Amino acid sequence: MTSLILENLRRTYGATVAVDRVNLEVAQGELVALLGPSGCGKTTTLRMVAGFVLPTDGRVLIGGADVTRAPPYGRDTGMVFQGYALFPHMTVADNVGFGLEMRRVPRAERERKVAEALRLVQLDGLAERRPMQLSGGQQQRVALARALVVNPTVFLLDEPLSNLDARLRAEVRVEIRALQQRLGLTTLFVTHDQEEALTMADRLVVMDRGRVRQTGTPEELYERPADLFVAGFLGRCSILRGAVETPGVFRAGGLALPCAGGTPGEHSALVVRPERVGIAANGGTPPDGAIPGRVAMVTYLGGLTDWHVQTDAGEILVTRPTPDGDDPLRRLAPGDAVTLDWNASAGRLLPDE
Amino acid sequence: MLAVIWLSFFDQEVVSFPPDGYTLRWYVNAWEKRQFARGFVNSLEVALIASGIGVTLGTAAAYALVRAEFPGKTALSALLLGPLAVPGVVLGTGLYVFFVQIDNAIDFQIVATLPGLIAAHVLLTIPWTVRLVAASLQGLQPAAEEAAANLGARPWTVFRRITLPMMRAGVVAGALFSFIQSFENLELTLLLTGPGRSTLPVEMLNYLEFRVDPTLAAVATVQILLIGALMLITDRFVSLSRVVS
Repeated sequence: MTSLILENLRRTYGATVAVDRVNLEVAQGELVALLGPSGCGKTTTLRMVAGFVLPTDGRVLIGGADVTRAPPYGRDTGMVFQGYALFPHMTVADNVGFGLEMRRVPRAERERKVAEALRLVQLDGLAERRPMQLSGGQQQRVALARALVVNPTVFLLDEPLSNLDARLRAEVRVEIRALQQRLGLTTLFVTHDQEEALTMADRLVVMDRGRVRQTGTPEELYERPADLFVAGFLGRCSILRGAVETPGVFRAGGLALPCAGGTPGEHSALVVRPERVGIAANGGTPPDGAIPGRVAMVTYLGGLTDWHVQTDAGEILVTRPTPDGDDPLRRLAPGDAVTLDWNASAGRLLPDE
Repeated sequence: MLAVIWLSFFDQEVVSFPPDGYTLRWYVNAWEKRQFARGFVNSLEVALIASGIGVTLGTAAAYALVRAEFPGKTALSALLLGPLAVPGVVLGTGLYVFFVQIDNAIDFQIVATLPGLIAAHVLLTIPWTVRLVAASLQGLQPAAEEAAANLGARPWTVFRRITLPMMRAGVVAGALFSFIQSFENLELTLLLTGPGRSTLPVEMLNYLEFRVDPTLAAVATVQILLIGALMLITDRFVSLSRVVS
């Protein structure tokens, strides 16, 4: 069943197009992330679903009903705001119970549900506190509980983790995902953090300048990006410019690079993920078809190490588990000669923009 | 201010330094002169009603000015804050002429009536409320209001349950300053008040025409203490320094 449908959704502000003909269907229990840089229209799209922004054109359907013109209070959505937007003058319990109160749920049932929701987010015992007396992470949970307790058809999250520190963010990310799956919540999630989107979402919608660039599972988008924008936004990659010489061979800066298929002249950008690139220190003779280059920079990331390698085709980023023992890679320093290689299937051809 | 309080205890009719001694007789005198008590009650009545009306209108206006977008917003803002910039005597004279013309036009007396005086004082109180409430509103993110709407609250409920409590500090401060403005106003009142309903400042001026003794200092001291107490009580409920600064 489809819980949320966006049809040709469009919003303009004067001559500026904030959201341009967005189409999206979110299935019952699915978590879809709207991902993109700031100003890409993702938040405006979310706010059109919540009813805070009226679309210039197009339709919003929640649970099968057309709510395009309905006011926010007439829609069955539960939203978690970026800054949590808790009511500072109310206790935690009153914050969480507010939506139930608006739905005229009798007091006894309300109290039971509030207690249950607070237990769900592990805040039982803090019911009588004020939001100001809570830590950022706890406030975040109150906001979650407040939106969850009304059991909305669509759950909306607007950058809910952006105000948390890095360690807490990773923790809460897992918690929200677990909660969402356990309760089977249909969720639309806005974020600019690609890692957040990749780890949490069933499907991603990558947006740029008001338009949807690509929609798909995290794996689809990462492995088979539709364009350079998606490839560059989701994960890291090296982009090399040139032309397909023969199927499987990409010519750039005088080098013949392996690529996946291609017809001569059709594409002019080759995208390679850093973890797909093999690197070898130049001890002996470089293997056949290997790409010569020189180390420009080495970045130690703890478990991983990055090598930025300058080649005639351009700079290529390589990432590997940090070498140990007498691995010759350990001694690589800027200026050292190396050879790179990758499987043809790892070299993805995309139209140059 | 301290000088006034000190003066009120001087034991002589014509103030000179050093004082001959100290006494409480000016306080007794002030109490016995019934015009001060009457003026005090009148002032209180006018100030309470005027600031009540002013705060209600001013809060609504501040809300509209901060949250809504409409043509003529800047003009309205300037208009509402205007009475602060106009000298009281000018404002009073203008209102007097205006009231007289209305009187003539609709054959209904406004000049020198209590409603007329209150209406004039409302003008004084509105800029304070608009300023203070707008300041406290500007510091608030509309997100909490949106959250309430998202949870099913209709606009009026959002305003009553979320917006109003969140800007409470501004409203209370606005009410306090409005009250003080109205209570101690002399210039406007002097021109618009009628016989028998003089406010305290007017009575004090009247007294000054005939006598110069520390009785006035005594009355002023009582006023200072009252307003000081009012501010302290208010400060217990909302932190004034936070709103005003």
